[in-house]
Amino acid sequence: MKNMLTIISNALCRITGRNVLLIDLSEYVNVTSPPAVPALAQTQAQTQRQPPKPPPVSTRAPAAQLVSAQADQLDTPGTRAVVSRSFADFTSQATFDIKKCDVHRLEEGPPLKAELTREQGLRYYRIMQTVRRMELKADQLYKQKIIRGFCHLYDGQEACAVGIEAAINPSDHLITAYRAHGYTYTRGIAVKEILAELTGRRGGVAKGKGGSMHMYAPHFYGGNGIVGAQVPLGAGIALACQYQGNNQVCVALYGDGAANQGQLFESFNMAALWKLPCIFTCENNQYGMGTSVERASASTDYYKRGDFIPGIRVDGMDVLCVREAFKFAAEHCRSGKGPIVMELKTYRYHGHSMSDPGVSYRTREEIQEVRSKSDPITMLKERMLSNNMASVEEFKEIDIAIRKEVEEAAQYATSDPEPPLEELCNHIFSNDSPLEVRGTNPWARLKSVS
Amino acid sequence: RLKNIVLGWNDLLCSKPMMVRDALNQAMDEELERDERVFLLGEEVAQYDGAYKVSRGLWKKYGDKRIIDTPITEMGFAGIAVGAAMAGLRPICEFMTFNFSMQAIDQIINSAAKTYYMSAGFQAVPIVFRGPNGASAGVAAQHSQCFAAWYAHCPGLKVVSPWNAEDAKGLLKSAIRDDNPVVFLENELMYGVPFEMSEESQSKDFTIPIGKAKVERQGTHVSLVSHSRYVSHCLDAAVVLAKEGIECEVINLRTIRPLDVECIETSVMKTNHLVTVEGGWPQFGVGAEICARIMEGPAFNYLDAPATRVTGVDIPMPYAKILEDNSLPQIKDIIFSVKKTLNV
Repeated sequence: MKNMLTIISNALCRITGRNVLLIDLSEYVNVTSPPAVPALAQTQAQTQRQPPKPPPVSTRAPAAQLVSAQADQLDTPGTRAVVSRSFADFTSQATFDIKKCDVHRLEEGPPLKAELTREQGLRYYRIMQTVRRMELKADQLYKQKIIRGFCHLYDGQEACAVGIEAAINPSDHLITAYRAHGYTYTRGIAVKEILAELTGRRGGVAKGKGGSMHMYAPHFYGGNGIVGAQVPLGAGIALACQYQGNNQVCVALYGDGAANQGQLFESFNMAALWKLPCIFTCENNQYGMGTSVERASASTDYYKRGDFIPGIRVDGMDVLCVREAFKFAAEHCRSGKGPIVMELKTYRYHGHSMSDPGVSYRTREEIQEVRSKSDPITMLKERMLSNNMASVEEFKEIDIAIRKEVEEAAQYATSDPEPPLEELCNHIFSNDSPLEVRGTNPWARLKSVS
Repeated sequence: RLKNIVLGWNDLLCSKPMMVRDALNQAMDEELERDERVFLLGEEVAQYDGAYKVSRGLWKKYGDKRIIDTPITEMGFAGIAVGAAMAGLRPICEFMTFNFSMQAIDQIINSAAKTYYMSAGFQAVPIVFRGPNGASAGVAAQHSQCFAAWYAHCPGLKVVSPWNAEDAKGLLKSAIRDDNPVVFLENELMYGVPFEMSEESQSKDFTIPIGKAKVERQGTHVSLVSHSRYVSHCLDAAVVLAKEGIECEVINLRTIRPLDVECIETSVMKTNHLVTVEGGWPQFGVGAEICARIMEGPAFNYLDAPATRVTGVDIPMPYAKILEDNSLPQIKDIIFSVKKTLNV
């Protein structure tokens, strides 16, 4: 049997064209029940699962069929009715080649290989897909005029938010600009609270008072509307980490448009001078509103713009590439080497905001090409399928669950009442006695509590 | 003149006069000692001992971690200070003068002032922005602007403007202990002026509440309402007017936002006349706001004449001494305005 397994193992290697090893099939241990859809909050500290012990494997399907949706005939305990393949069939961990990152002022860069466990893969898939569906739902609600004002969508860029979160700890800090819904989710806020904030209801994460650009969470500082202003804030958060000696880092994100702001260079200077543990991150989605990078920046090597600060340019469409790069960056900062500048090459499918169709300054063909060749979610899914890490049915199930979650969240967001007028003047000051606030006319004396 | 009067009393009563800059220094020293989250950053605050020596000795005592010299990058370091406040520290961000705060004003208003509201009470920003405000002597147009009205316009900020050393100490301590963004407007010409300090101000827990004005001189004929350096001018004018039988009530606002309207109203309901005095420009200024608020409240019916505003001249500040002197309220302007208001 071991011989048989070795043959199959080798066949798989040839088919996938990889030199990497799948875990030897004989290492599998018994799985008695299928795992639940993994929780968002699992940390990197989780130890690797031991692969399940194999049931008697005498009827392995020929290699070619392993990537198909066809059911295996194995009848093992714990096999779910919907998925006719047992989890014992799946590769529990694989190593993938990832693109080499360009580096600036660094002797070495992030590794060229990334390990991915099945559990991680399904989790990253689930989170990215949730962000994707949430943003598309926001698009829908905006077109129905249930969401109003500014709405900057993140679809296409999911690998950035998910890859970063996979590399840092919940106790680290993160701040970004206005394209923030994805980060609000990865930093721990439920979809329904995000959508309810977009629809301006009392159940929104900021009780309806902030809107799309002003959502906050523990160790997540928004959501900032003024282009570039969040970068000095991020450096300040890093200063607080250093001051408090807590070994935490701050990821301060900005776009290719903001990359030319003077206050960024002021922040770079101080962060480098004082060796602040700040990971300055440019999400380069090629367009600052309607202006392409070539038309806005004299130098489009955003990872080099920190000049005296080391930099790394990362494939922002590959969640594993992002994760490995940020693990590297976090280690750099935590070891006291000072700040680092990251550039994530990514792409947004939507226009700048909901009021921008996004096709006057770029072609539909370009958008389509990125969608078909570099979509981050598709890329991860295909990797996992072609390495037998999950089945098509599983992904379908996850999709269905997400669709349901987002639909319910949208239901909540459209039915939750608006904030009460009594709340209008609250939250001006923190920890203060109630004060009187002038209304629209001298007789309107409104009350404000902290 | 006032300085001599104060020093004369000092010799008599043996109380220790203190200069405004030393009172500010003491306030920061005490608060740095009390709470290790408090730190000071700004240009020249550490090794230079402060551009105006307000932070003298603090770097020697507390070191690089707590007293931080910044490069000349206001927008950057103000933003860094705000970020640090969001992440749990209690920064004091010094602007060498408030004229330079204009470069950082987006961070003060959009990142600091509005955040607690936008986050519906989730994210507080306990920060103090301090530095000299308004006219100095011979520093010309770009270095002489008063920002009281600009900052006091914005919800989410507290704006404080101390006059004497006691104000300076008590209000700065309150500002540092406040969990909200406070704009603390000092005055360069007052830094070197000594004042008697009360017994209670010697305590390390001495604070003056933000939002409460003080009646510095009781009077019956007219309410003179002012802030910062012009409180001195009002008191001096009151001495002169007293000789002619006009008793002025002098109110030291201490805080611009929130404005202590009640104190002004109570006074106006007693004196029936109101004159505001400020160094800033007249249009859309502190005096304008006071007049509007009095009109909207019970004190209006007690006015025997329209309120009068004494302000800086509505021009950029000139350099030549004669021009500069005539660009700002002088004691004779206050006296003149009081008499006009009283129709005497």
